[in-house]
Amino acid sequence: MGELKLMKGNEALAEAAIRYGCDAYFGYPITPQSEVIEYLSEQNPYERTGMVVLQAESELAAINMVYAAGAAGKRVMTSSSSPGVSLKQEGITYIAGAEIPCLYADVVRGGPGLGTIQPSQADYFQACKGGGHGDYKNIVLAPASVQEMADFVALGFDLAFKYRMACCILSDGAIGQMMEKVVLADQRPRMTDEEIKEKYPWATTGRKRGTPHRIITSLDLDSNRMEAHNRHLQEKYRQVEANEVRFEEINCEDAEYVFVAYGSSARIAQKSVQLGREEGLKVGLLRPITLYPYPTKAIQALIDNGVKGFLSVELSCGQMIEDVRLAVNGRVKAEHFGRVGGIIHTPEEVLEAMKKQIIGE
Amino acid sequence: MSEITVKDIIKPENLVYQKSKLLTEKPFHYCPGCGHGTIHRLIAEVIEELGIDEDTIGVAPVGCAVMAYDYFDVDFQEAAHGRAPALATGIKRVWPNKIVFTYQGDGDLAAIGTCETIHTCNRGENITMIFVNNGIYGMTGGQMAPTTLEGMKTATTPYGRKATLPQGAGFEGMPNNGYPLRITELVAQLPGTKYVTRQAVYSPAMVRKAKQAIKKAFENQLHGKSGVNFVEIVSNCNSNWKMSPVDANKWLVENMLPFYPLGDIKVDGELVKK
Amino acid sequence: MASFKGAILVDTERCKGCGVCVVNCPCGVIGLAKEVNGKGYNYAYMEEPDKCIGCASCGVVCPDGVISVYKVKL
Repeated sequence: MGELKLMKGNEALAEAAIRYGCDAYFGYPITPQSEVIEYLSEQNPYERTGMVVLQAESELAAINMVYAAGAAGKRVMTSSSSPGVSLKQEGITYIAGAEIPCLYADVVRGGPGLGTIQPSQADYFQACKGGGHGDYKNIVLAPASVQEMADFVALGFDLAFKYRMACCILSDGAIGQMMEKVVLADQRPRMTDEEIKEKYPWATTGRKRGTPHRIITSLDLDSNRMEAHNRHLQEKYRQVEANEVRFEEINCEDAEYVFVAYGSSARIAQKSVQLGREEGLKVGLLRPITLYPYPTKAIQALIDNGVKGFLSVELSCGQMIEDVRLAVNGRVKAEHFGRVGGIIHTPEEVLEAMKKQIIGE
Repeated sequence: MSEITVKDIIKPENLVYQKSKLLTEKPFHYCPGCGHGTIHRLIAEVIEELGIDEDTIGVAPVGCAVMAYDYFDVDFQEAAHGRAPALATGIKRVWPNKIVFTYQGDGDLAAIGTCETIHTCNRGENITMIFVNNGIYGMTGGQMAPTTLEGMKTATTPYGRKATLPQGAGFEGMPNNGYPLRITELVAQLPGTKYVTRQAVYSPAMVRKAKQAIKKAFENQLHGKSGVNFVEIVSNCNSNWKMSPVDANKWLVENMLPFYPLGDIKVDGELVKK
Repeated sequence: MASFKGAILVDTERCKGCGVCVVNCPCGVIGLAKEVNGKGYNYAYMEEPDKCIGCASCGVVCPDGVISVYKVKL
């Protein structure tokens, strides 16, 4: 089934949220992702499915609305772009501590500070390494197409509720703004209140008399309990790392040199693979789909398979390269190539970088 | 008849007052004489009397009442500092038939959370907000609050709060600690507030009045569709005011109430004419 | 005119001895004990039990909810 449409990445994300049966979106406009809240407002989802859409007074307020509605068992999301996501980090760390499932999309723009409104991947560290204070992780999905912007809404919510944690769709200005065809899933019904109460006994939906009251908090002043809570969170993250790694390999079967790239960089590197192959170079592409958990083992398997070097292609000054190098662990060469400031690399210069930095003369 | 003993009187059938069953067995961690306990009791009594405990979700602040969730036998969420109104909005929007209330102090509601307070009130969320104003930061050790009175000594205004710089060094008249904030009067101006009142709990008569106000603030939510019901309670902080509980209540009447006068400010969406 | 006689029951272990009930009792019934409870507080008690009319003023002002009030009509 499904429906074929031509849409912007941001619009596809929004439409997918309605069709998935999302209960609420709380957001605040910021370029280059304002289409999400604009599309939702225009679609009147309250009438389509009963989904709540609210433009909050700030990113801080929006993420805290997500915290509360998620803690009440509903499927809730927000979206923003880099400076806005920095503000949301306060709520996201509380969400991690209180183990609240929710989805947030970060349509990354260049920084630091206000930076630029052009595409960037410079928020990899923020998204993948915690982002706020405390020891925590969020699941991070990196769409490389408008289709994946739509598909990752369902995947993201499913993972968020499976592990009771935040899931981030880490996109960028290019994926968010570009138009592509997308197959949209059929409308799913929202969960009923009764289903939520039955399925999520931890949710604060009003306690039944004679049953213990539910408390959603990230606070515990007892050091022993707080250590146990932190250990529990880490155990959960180990489960995520064991079960939820997702990646795509293109032309890697016989590859000697591999580009590692996600999101819009992966689209460009894919073209670089094609150009390289035309020249007779045995190059391939590893595209992490989950950035946390990272496909560390996939990189190690490629080395076992004879890969002699990796080039991490990013719209940043070098962030994901740290995870590539951790996986490579010094066994082969691993270098970074990136453009920043809103400039997107060309397939030719990416291939050139591979030749110069990895393959050598 | 004069033979009647205390033992004869203390029997279940003669009980006329006890703390609400909606308070848990956990003893309050508040200092002796602190108004927080009294206000907790009133909220619990109101929820119990209205029979809404299965539908009530509370939101706790950051401040002395950060662990309020331990004391009420209803579902509770703990907010980041100042964000309680955003949490209440989030819950109420996805569970419109639930009864949602925030419990916040002056630093939480009127300093770091001013943005959330104003906009939640201005959107007219159908919630109840309980605002405890004791003119000082209690939890962090007695620093200046937005509601600290001019001249009042705190850990960060050790010579007394001065709105503008005093004489000396030639800077007099320039901005300093700013002025005490009457945020309750401010939110009353917003079309999104339905009921705005200021109460106190230093005496039995005031406690009874405050309870009626809290009850109205919950009943309005129960029977209404929109509009914030906002109850400020002028309270004490004897530890950080550095007074005995009894002296603190006296000081409150003599110093806090002239600047923060008690009574209804807005009823059924209409400002009360003074 | 009917007259009432009251009595209070103080949860002495939870009383913090703040004295707010003492000053708010209209009949001068309550005092703070010379002894202290497990937490070191001089807890409230009925110093003059015969004067209690069961008005519950102490109960409604007690910040810790440690006072239960009983009343009989004479």
